[in-house]
Formats: sequence, structure tokens, C-alpha cells
Amino acid sequence: MNRLQSFIFRLALAANVFYFGVSTMHAQTPTPPPAQAPDKAPAKADEDEGNPFAPQPAPTLPPGMTGSDTNDPRYTLTPGLYDAGETSMGLKHVLLLKKPDVFQLGTTDPDDPKVQKTLGLLGMGNASKAPKPLQLVIAELAFSNSDFAFQGTHLFQGNFYGVSIYDISNPAKAALLTTLVCPGGQGDVSVYKNLLFMSVEMPNGRVDCGSQGFPPEPPPPAGEEKKRHIPAAQKDRFRGVRIFDISDIKNPKQVAAVQTCRGSHTHTLVLDPNDRENAYIYVSGTSFVRQPEELAGCSNEEPDKDPNTSLFRIDVIKVPMAAPQDAKIVSSPRVFIDPRTGAINGLNNGGSHGKGAETPKDTNQCHDITVYSAIGLAAGACSGNGLLLDIKDPVHPKRVDAVNDPNYSYWHSASFSNDGTKVVFTDEWGGGLGARCRPNDPNKWGADALFTLKDNKLNFETYYKLPAAQGDTENCVAHNGSLIPVPGRDIEVQAWYQGGVSVVDFTDIAHPFEMAYFDRGPIDPKMLILGGDWSAYWYNGSIYGSEIARGLDVFELTPTKFLTQNEIDAAKTVHVNELNVQNQQKLEWPAKLVIAKAYLDQLERSQALPAEQIASLREAILGAEKSHLNKKSLAKLKTMSATVETNAGTAKSPVDSTRMHSLAEVLKHPVA
Amino acid sequence: MFGYRQNAKLQLFTVKSASRTGTQVVGLRCGFLIASALASSLSFDARAQQQNSTTPPVVVQPGAPGKPSKTLPPSTKGTLPPKSPADVEFMQGMIMHHAQAVEMTALIPSHTENKELQSLGARISSSQSDEIKFMKRWLAARGEAISMAMPGMPDMDKSGPAMALMPGMLSPEQMEALRKAHGAEFDRLFLIGMIQHHNGALTMVKDLFDTAGAGQEADIFNFATDADNTQRAEIRIMQSMLDKKGLDK
Repeated sequence: MNRLQSFIFRLALAANVFYFGVSTMHAQTPTPPPAQAPDKAPAKADEDEGNPFAPQPAPTLPPGMTGSDTNDPRYTLTPGLYDAGETSMGLKHVLLLKKPDVFQLGTTDPDDPKVQKTLGLLGMGNASKAPKPLQLVIAELAFSNSDFAFQGTHLFQGNFYGVSIYDISNPAKAALLTTLVCPGGQGDVSVYKNLLFMSVEMPNGRVDCGSQGFPPEPPPPAGEEKKRHIPAAQKDRFRGVRIFDISDIKNPKQVAAVQTCRGSHTHTLVLDPNDRENAYIYVSGTSFVRQPEELAGCSNEEPDKDPNTSLFRIDVIKVPMAAPQDAKIVSSPRVFIDPRTGAINGLNNGGSHGKGAETPKDTNQCHDITVYSAIGLAAGACSGNGLLLDIKDPVHPKRVDAVNDPNYSYWHSASFSNDGTKVVFTDEWGGGLGARCRPNDPNKWGADALFTLKDNKLNFETYYKLPAAQGDTENCVAHNGSLIPVPGRDIEVQAWYQGGVSVVDFTDIAHPFEMAYFDRGPIDPKMLILGGDWSAYWYNGSIYGSEIARGLDVFELTPTKFLTQNEIDAAKTVHVNELNVQNQQKLEWPAKLVIAKAYLDQLERSQALPAEQIASLREAILGAEKSHLNKKSLAKLKTMSATVETNAGTAKSPVDSTRMHSLAEVLKHPVA
Repeated sequence: MFGYRQNAKLQLFTVKSASRTGTQVVGLRCGFLIASALASSLSFDARAQQQNSTTPPVVVQPGAPGKPSKTLPPSTKGTLPPKSPADVEFMQGMIMHHAQAVEMTALIPSHTENKELQSLGARISSSQSDEIKFMKRWLAARGEAISMAMPGMPDMDKSGPAMALMPGMLSPEQMEALRKAHGAEFDRLFLIGMIQHHNGALTMVKDLFDTAGAGQEADIFNFATDADNTQRAEIRIMQSMLDKKGLDK
């Protein structure tokens, strides 16, 4: 560290802040000349009080809570933007593709007085030598990468400034095809057939995808009242869901832009199995309601003042596939309604966090919704609550259950187990911008909450949080993940921002455990710069991470004691044409022998079958493979399947019983 | 990502945990960062590969619905929406505004035994202190002054002449009454005052987004959205505390 520069910067900041603090908080105390401050001000106090960039130290753990593991190698990785230390288990990091240039702030004009001033604070004289950190600091969120969607060999990576489209036909050599410039954040994306959907919530969003935003009002004439109320209704502003035609992947065209009152923070593609003519979009808006002058009908009032308030609802957009330009909102379901009283603000977070005294508050927004049309249900992560919605009529989702949790701060996202008997919710405590995996951050806060789902009822089971402690300059909390299609197990890969990527097995819902991970050190050791993986999703054999600041990560699973090569190969047999993680699809495995081998590995691991039986089954499978499934080998497998079927009836655990049934099915009718 | 930073958990903490919430990112600090970032931009990182497609990538900017898309030069770089003086004033004003909330909550330990209020106060103090820090970072990183240089700002010196306050801020008289009150009367004045104060913050956020060209920058958008959500929730809590206790009678 350059002590002089650091010192100068702290001095300048300390003087600035110290002056402010004194003048506002204790105005009766004479203000000491700032120049004297550094003489005696201990560095510690400077660090804590004077420098707003200093990271927040974690407080002591609340009584009865435990934190995370500081002996984990992930706790001590070296910092760096592109050269940070890395460590992994069960995951091979095969690629980091840097963010496209378009999603980086243009070289900061070194002659800009503001830039000069910031650099002055840093003790840097020459602006032309330091564009990178300025980009990171002044434009962190503005160019953040966000969520993913996949189609065929194309990966769509959302960004607050647009969308990047990659060719992933060879995942290890992923290549940028198209950068679509269209600012407005946060750029949540979905893809269906020839249409790409994108969420826009910020007021700089323009119908025409322009990056110029809207001009500030001119300074008032001298002598005029400073605070004038000027309605900022802008007919060219866009907040809602954009629809692009991507028939030509190198020349996407906007075909529709459906405006909503709160914009779209996230959205979810919903496909009705009984309606192939239309696609539906559930819109979750979390930010301010715009004025009715800008979009008719919008209302920011509380429900007691205006029963038609734009709060306390989600929006449903219907997209006619033959005429997507006619897409429009067809309903605004009041999913928080109290069915007994009809009050539209019928849900609250149940308060607490341990203290019974807290008064509940109303839940007025969903943050993200995961639909699972195969079982006719959706799980809504709705700020103060987790919701279960019946979506058999997708235009009119109906709440069938709602849960809250004393340790939950912000219900953020959800995913179902493949059999629909479990739901994993995430808590985005700190909003994703905070360091929430420090050693003293409770491992029940900012964690996954695992629920069983039976008869339309959610029942809490346990929490899972990234077990490794992270530093205080690493934004870290539970974030987006997807299932990994290993048959016979419930496995999710999940992003934890700068906490990296963690793969968790929740087959036994009461005892979820980490089975693989990847992490890199913080972007910076001295202050928190926003970064890390926003999403980590499995798609057709690889895992992709959307790194907010750095770019696109690609990983491969590698065998460990927790996962065999057969299980990895079995997962790779599942191929989908499209993946929009929040539109969850039922995973189905072909009756290939590798699936049987994966089940055998699992039954061996759980010691559910005798070793000799497993050995003979493996031998028979090998024989069938070598003989290219000749009649004799198939007959042998079929015979053996009967025994396995019998074993299933007496298996000690339901999980192993299901595995044996599935194994027997494959052995009966294997395919090449 | 970026649900609002609801700091509900913080109520478990005592006042000394005020520093605990949201390290709200952003910021430049020391020469080390410059040095490391410079080093990484100069030395080519072998891991971060360049794309190797057969055809070069394109940069496309779609037009309005139904309009053709434009192809932009590959060298195109991102730009930020125009800076609005209203953004800077919002941040500077909100720091002032938040500072009064912290000042109010600081009275709680010596003025009331109400555990519920103490818990609420700790949480408000914590989240507002945290947000003050974020706002200072936002301003400092952009080379802006932390406090407003112009006249017309609230005068926190209670002995001075009354000046225009930010929306919802308690007048010197109200602050004095709060300081003098104890027990149930303090609880009542605090809740009424803090609801007034928080409603002022909502007004400030509304004014920000109602100002042409303001609130377009991603960090301030996210911050203002969070502040709005958090304070709305806290208003409801305080209102129901008032209702429950019949304190507003």
C-alpha cells in the first residue's frame, strides 16, 4: 500500500466528513480546524468514522447464533479484479470471459474537473493512468451483469445496460456474438422461441433503447423559488418488459415494450400447457410507482386511500406468439389479498426476527416468482413472505399458502425440487450489496430456507448458508441458482455474489450439505466493490456464472467423494432446448445405462444394497454396453431388475427405495 | 438481486451495532487500489480469454418497437445518463435528514424504558447511519461535497434562527419538546415525530423521481428505492405502535 496516498486521501475525506459531522451533529461544539485532525486522530477512528469507504466490521453474533467457518480456504483468498486468488472443490473453472467493452464506462475524461477532484482525493495526479478503478466506483451498478437465459447454443446475459449474447456451442470457448445496448436495469432476461424478454425498472430507460436517458431540468432563473414541482412525465420513458425478436441473433429487433407502473425488477416466463398460442409474463415490480401523468392509472397510494393502488399486486402480460407486438397486461392479481376480509394488503412478514415485540408490516411486492407449470404451482418470493400460488389458470394465480420466517429479511427467489416436494427460498439480506457472510454474520440470516411441500402447504425444515466465511469487502448473500440434473438426488448450484458458487445437496432436506464450490478473492481488500456471481445455473452439461463486474464464468463438475463421474455423466444426458430458470421444467432422464450406473453409485454410497449385488449389477451393465445391448445382455439386466424391484420394497429410506425403482426401470428397458 | 435493504434483523442489536448493516459498496480509497487495478489492466491475464468466434461480435442498439436496430461501432463504450444536480442535492439533503433521525434515536436510552421503542430506535439508528455512510461514499466518489454549500439548509443549531428544513424534519421547537419529554410522552412524541420525519423522506424520494432527469443513475436509483421501501415499512410499524397504545389520542 502506498502510505502517502492513503494518508492524503484519508486526510481529505476525514476533513470533509469530520467537518460535516461536527457541524450537523454537535453544532454547539466549536469546529476545530480540519488540518489539525490527522495530527492526533488515531488511524482506527479515522477508519471507522472518517472514511466512508472503510468496510463495516461485523458486530458480535447475536446470542444463540453461529457464524461461518474462518478455517475454510475461501476465507483468505488474495484480492484482485482479474488476478484474485481462486480455490475450488468439485468444480473446474474453465473460463472467464471479460465483460464486453460496451458494458464498461467509456474512458473517463481526464480533463473532467470532477474526475480530477476524485483523483486528487486519492492522491493521484494523472487521471489518464487510472480509468479502471474510476469505472468501478462511479459506475458499478450501471453496467452490472445480471441474470441468464439460454436457448440452443446461445446464452443471454442480462446487464443493467443491455444484453450480451454468447455462442456456447463449445462452453470452454464461449464467444461473444452480439451486445445489445438498451439501458434501464436490471436486465433480467427470458427467452422463448424467437422472443427475448427483458426487465426494465430504472427511470433512464427509454422506449427507443437510447442511452442518453432524460435531460435534467435547466437551472431555475436567478431569484426564482428553488423548489419547483415539475412533473417529469416522459412519453419516451420505458419501465416494464421489453420484447425483442431474435430471429436474427446478430440483429435483434424490439417488437414490443409493455409499460408497467412500477417497472419490472424481475419477470417470469409462464407457459400454459393448455395454451400454445400465447406466452405469459409475470412481472414483479419493486421500485417507485410512476405518476399517472406518465402512465394512466398508476397510483402510489396505500390501499385504504385507493383500492386501485399499483402497490400490492403483480402484473400478468399476455404475449400472442403470432403477434407479439400486441402484448399487453391482462391482469394484475392481488396475490396478497386476505380472502376473509378482501383486504388487498392481507399479508405481512410476521415480524419478529427473534423479538416478539415487533409489529408486522405489509408485504406489497413480489421480488421474483418461480413457476412450475408441470405441477400447476408457483413459488413467489415476495419481500416479506414466501408465497405458494396455484397457476393452473396462469392469468389468475391464486395464493394457496404463505409463509414467513423470523430469520428472513427479504424473500428473494425460489426453486422447487424436481419432484415438487421441496422448495428452496433465498433471503437477500442486505440487498446483495452488503457483506453478509462475515465470520460473525449468523448462518441463519441471508441463507436459503428449505421447505417441504405437501398438499399445497409449505413446512419449514432448515437453513443452508454458504459455510465458508467471506471478507468484509465481499458482497455476499444467498442468490440465484438452479437444479443440477443428477438423477436420484436433489442438487442445486447457487451463486453467492463474491462468496462464489456453491453446490448443495438437499436430498435429505433436514441435512443439506455442500458438495462443491468455487470462490475467488475480493475485488479489493480495502473497500467493498460490487462484484461476484449473480446467478449460477447448470445448462446442458456446464455451469455458467454471471459475474457482475468481471464477465462470464464457465465451470465443469469434477468427481469427488460426494459425486461420481457416472453421476456427472448422468446429469449430462439431460438436454433442454431452452432454460429460463424461473420457468422451471420437469427434468426427465433417458433410460440410458449411465443413469443406472449413477443410481448404483448412490446405492453404494448409502450402503442400501449389498456390495456383491452392486458388483454383479455393474458387471452386467458393462456386459450390455460392450455388446451394444444385445438380446442376451438385455435379458440378464431384466432378470436382475426384478431383484432390485424387490429390494426397493424393503429399502430403509424412501430415497433409496425410489432410486431402486428408477434403477429397475432403466434395467428393464435400457436405450443406447 | 437488490431487493431493498430491509434491516429488520438489526433490531436485535444494541446501539453499538450501528455500524453493522449494509456495507453499501462503492468507493475508492487508497493508492493500493489504484496500484492493483493498474497492474491488472496492464498485465494481461492469461485466464481471461478474448472471444474467438469466426465472425466478430456486433454491437446492436434496437430502436423503438417496430423500428429497425442500429449497428454501433465495435469500439462503442458505455455512457452514463446525464448527471442531475437534483441527485447531488438529494444525497446531501438526505444526509442532513438522516442525521436528525440518528439524533432523535440517540435520545431513546435516556428518555424511555419502552423496549419496543428501543428496539425500533436501534434499528432506525443502524439503518440510517449505514445509509449516511453510503451517501457520503456516493458523493465522495463523484468528487461532490458531502454537505450542501448553499444557504437554505436546515440549521441544526437549536439556538440559531429557524431556517428552511428538509421535508419532514422536526423544527427546533419539536426537537426541544422531544428532549424534554420522558416516558410515555416521549414515546408519543418520538413516534409522531419519526413518522413525520420518514414521511418527509418519502416526499424527498418522490420529489427526486418527479424531477426531470433525476434518479436515473443506477446507484442513486437503487438507494432511493431501498430507502423508500424501508421507511414505508417503518412508518407502518410506528403507526401501529401508536394505534395499539392509543398514544396518538
